[in-house]
Amino acid sequence: MIKFIWKRILISIPVLLGVILITFIMLNVVPGDPIALMMREHIKPDVVARVRAQMHLDDPAYIRFFRYVWDAMHGDFGTSYKLMRPVSELLYKAFPNTLVLTLSAAFVAWIVGIPAGILSAVKKYSFIDNFFMGFALMGVSMPVFWAGLLMQYIFSLKLGWLPVSGFNGWKYVIMPAIVLGWSSAGIVARLTRSSLLEVMRNDYIRTARAKGLQEIFVLFGHALKNSLLPVVTVMAIQVATLLSGAVITESIFGVPGIGRITVSAIQSRDMPLLQGAVVFTTFLVIIGNIIADVLYSYLDPRIKYN
Amino acid sequence: MIKLEDKQMLSDQELSEKADLSGDTFLNELWYAIRKNKMAMAGGIVIILLILIALFASYISPYDPYHVDLDMQLQKPSAEHWLGTDEFGRDLLTRIMFGTRISLAIGLIPTILSLFIGTILGMVSGYYGKRTDFIIMRIADVVLAFPELLLAMVIMYTLGANILNIFIALSLVRWARVARVVRAQTMSIKEKEYVEASRAIGVKNWIIMFRHILPNCLSSLIVLFTLDIPNAILSEASLSFLGIGAQPPAASWGLMISRGKEYLFSAPWVAISPGIAILLIVLAFNYLGDGLRDALDPYMKQ
Amino acid sequence: MAEVDELLRINNLKTHFYTEKGVVPAVDGVDITVSRGKVIGLVGESGCGKSITALSIMGLVEMPPGRIVDGEINFDGRNILKLAKQEMYKLRGNEISMIFQEPMTSLNPVITVGKQVAEAIRLHQNLNAGEAKKIVLDMLDMVGIPEPERRYNSYPHQLSGGLRQRVMIAMALCCRPKLLIADEPTTALDVTIEAQILSLMKELQKQINTSIIMITHNLGVVAEICDDVYVMYAGKIVETTDVFELFEKPLHPYTNGLMNSIPKINSSKEDTRLYNIKGMVPNLLYLPRGCRFSPRCEEAMDICRELEPELYEAGSGHYVRCFKYCK
Repeated sequence: MIKFIWKRILISIPVLLGVILITFIMLNVVPGDPIALMMREHIKPDVVARVRAQMHLDDPAYIRFFRYVWDAMHGDFGTSYKLMRPVSELLYKAFPNTLVLTLSAAFVAWIVGIPAGILSAVKKYSFIDNFFMGFALMGVSMPVFWAGLLMQYIFSLKLGWLPVSGFNGWKYVIMPAIVLGWSSAGIVARLTRSSLLEVMRNDYIRTARAKGLQEIFVLFGHALKNSLLPVVTVMAIQVATLLSGAVITESIFGVPGIGRITVSAIQSRDMPLLQGAVVFTTFLVIIGNIIADVLYSYLDPRIKYN
Repeated sequence: MIKLEDKQMLSDQELSEKADLSGDTFLNELWYAIRKNKMAMAGGIVIILLILIALFASYISPYDPYHVDLDMQLQKPSAEHWLGTDEFGRDLLTRIMFGTRISLAIGLIPTILSLFIGTILGMVSGYYGKRTDFIIMRIADVVLAFPELLLAMVIMYTLGANILNIFIALSLVRWARVARVVRAQTMSIKEKEYVEASRAIGVKNWIIMFRHILPNCLSSLIVLFTLDIPNAILSEASLSFLGIGAQPPAASWGLMISRGKEYLFSAPWVAISPGIAILLIVLAFNYLGDGLRDALDPYMKQ
Repeated sequence: MAEVDELLRINNLKTHFYTEKGVVPAVDGVDITVSRGKVIGLVGESGCGKSITALSIMGLVEMPPGRIVDGEINFDGRNILKLAKQEMYKLRGNEISMIFQEPMTSLNPVITVGKQVAEAIRLHQNLNAGEAKKIVLDMLDMVGIPEPERRYNSYPHQLSGGLRQRVMIAMALCCRPKLLIADEPTTALDVTIEAQILSLMKELQKQINTSIIMITHNLGVVAEICDDVYVMYAGKIVETTDVFELFEKPLHPYTNGLMNSIPKINSSKEDTRLYNIKGMVPNLLYLPRGCRFSPRCEEAMDICRELEPELYEAGSGHYVRCFKYCK
């Protein structure tokens, strides 16, 4: 087991390096000289010269790349152009907020999605099935930002139950978490349903019935564990989707998380901040995937005992 | 003796029909299965309607989508303006109609492009193996490590925000998943006897790839296709909403919602109606995709 | 055969399937009698209805699309078709057990083998985990699984096909059922393993005095283990007698065909071609007129193509569904 975890981590390192490389190329090499971009902001020449030297911007690209990686490994992601603070400081401050939002959304997705999927499968083609699956499809089809606006309109502006934006207590988490979690819940519900239906067709379910097991125990004792395995995998992949979606959700609801930082970095062309945010977010996704793999291989005895 | 299930026995004709994947009968069965699924048909009809709107928008729209009329700013829906007007006095119904063009184009073109690139790379990777496979798959791994939207955002930052770049960005982000799936299929088909036999006779590699391997990937490709279209539409909407996609005065639904959110309290229709349009088109594609996937299911099992 | 010896009597069982394309009469008027302690062979090609017959006895036919439209299944004096669901649960796995053809997929991959067998015991007997485990270990030993203690905690994928089938047998027999239905238990196994499993079943059958319905398309298995035989074709029984009589004097043209299809090593130089019954099994949706076997029968007479024959007595205890034996 431990060997498996190590192997997974080892494989991920080159991928992470590749990610940093591609980000670096796209943000540093392609747009051209960052100082030239900054020049439009009317900064004094000697400041420019100092910054240039400090950031080693005259070195060839590959050296700058390795320096970036080296610094990143030590937690240094450079300095934000616009906010004049270390990127890492900004990221670390924002991270917990994103974490709370993402975990709440994931929680919503699980709590709603799995029971909905199970019920839909058990009562296939009934009204409940159609209702839940319709709801799930809505979640997957609705643009996150629009759903957010809609909820703000109804629950904040018209009903006044919940705050429009900000992040100062549990009330602020509700709407963003629901908005973000809805599409995830939809995916989980659909997958749970199809997975369960698939599992119920298997031979070992027939064996369980042949033993004289009542239908409900067949469901809970035999079918569920098998059908939830793929759902676990998907949930971990959802980490990536949720982090992407968080970008938009945070912007609408004014959550001071990494997503919002990313967006404002793009809008203000703050390259180091954007680079740091992208690398950090992708790093989280990679970790999420490793956890998913490990979890799955732990839960599935066919993989665990091999 | 061909193995038959206890529950239903097949006559000779039915057996050969089921085995024949590439003939007319396959498409007929598919058509029949989709017809049965009402929601899928509804989705299909909606899409056809939207395509018609997109094509003939200039002729059927009541106003010009870029025509600014500052006297008519933020008007409620009325007889003159069925969906109201936006902050520049432009008719919303018209802008939504023109927005169909962008959404459909974004839905279809990058998806087809990424399918094309991904299939070729995937087949080459799976067929030739070794170094080629290694290189292509490592690049795919890196691309797939990024959250989709994030990567698209970075590409837009690099290339600049306009609609053409959205096409490029979305194509670049999606090919990797296609390549992975196609590679897996290629590798399993490569091992089959008839491929080995073809190579033994001396059939050229690329002929083998297109005659034997490609048709067998078809059902997976169709599934990917149906899943990616709605995704692409939502991605463009998100990018435009954040300001890094289509730029004003383009009639992009995402952009319209972004502008509209400033007036959410006073003039909610500006932000809400484009959203309904997005919901409609994505739902239609999703229902159609679901129906297609359900219909393909028995064939996938082979 | 006195009434008291009779364990199972199936009377005119009809299990039909209602599909989009029509009604499939998978089991169409089947009569079977199983005495205590005897092994009955149910022989036929794939699709003749033997598995559905077995599932009908167990009450495991999916309804819809299936439905038992007629007939009685009398087990130990009761018509089990009329039993309530709760009563059937008590019977299944307890008095009537079934093992299936695919040992590779018939066990739940995420539960240990020991727990799965233990479940069968604890469902029907009031024992705690420890007591159940003891019985499981005994059973595993009885079916010839080496190192039962270690295997108790194994997962199915860690065992070979032969071992998995032994586990299935242990699971089926742990409650000492009166009737065991074995649906082609050795078809998916190697020939050597098949021999082992068959001899195991013979031994256990004597030990526990269970009756067995052995479903197979392999006449070799029938010769090996069965006392009486029923031959099925297209949903009906076409011949039945005891096993010795069947091999000595197969009467129905179909049975004859099956016998002739077995490749023989010491055949004379003339018949070097493998015999094959001409034609194909009929589509149950479009049955031929008259006798269901008539299109393929080399001895078909005109009447065969007009009317369906009944089961006629052709010898003591030997019944054949063929006009050749109609008096």
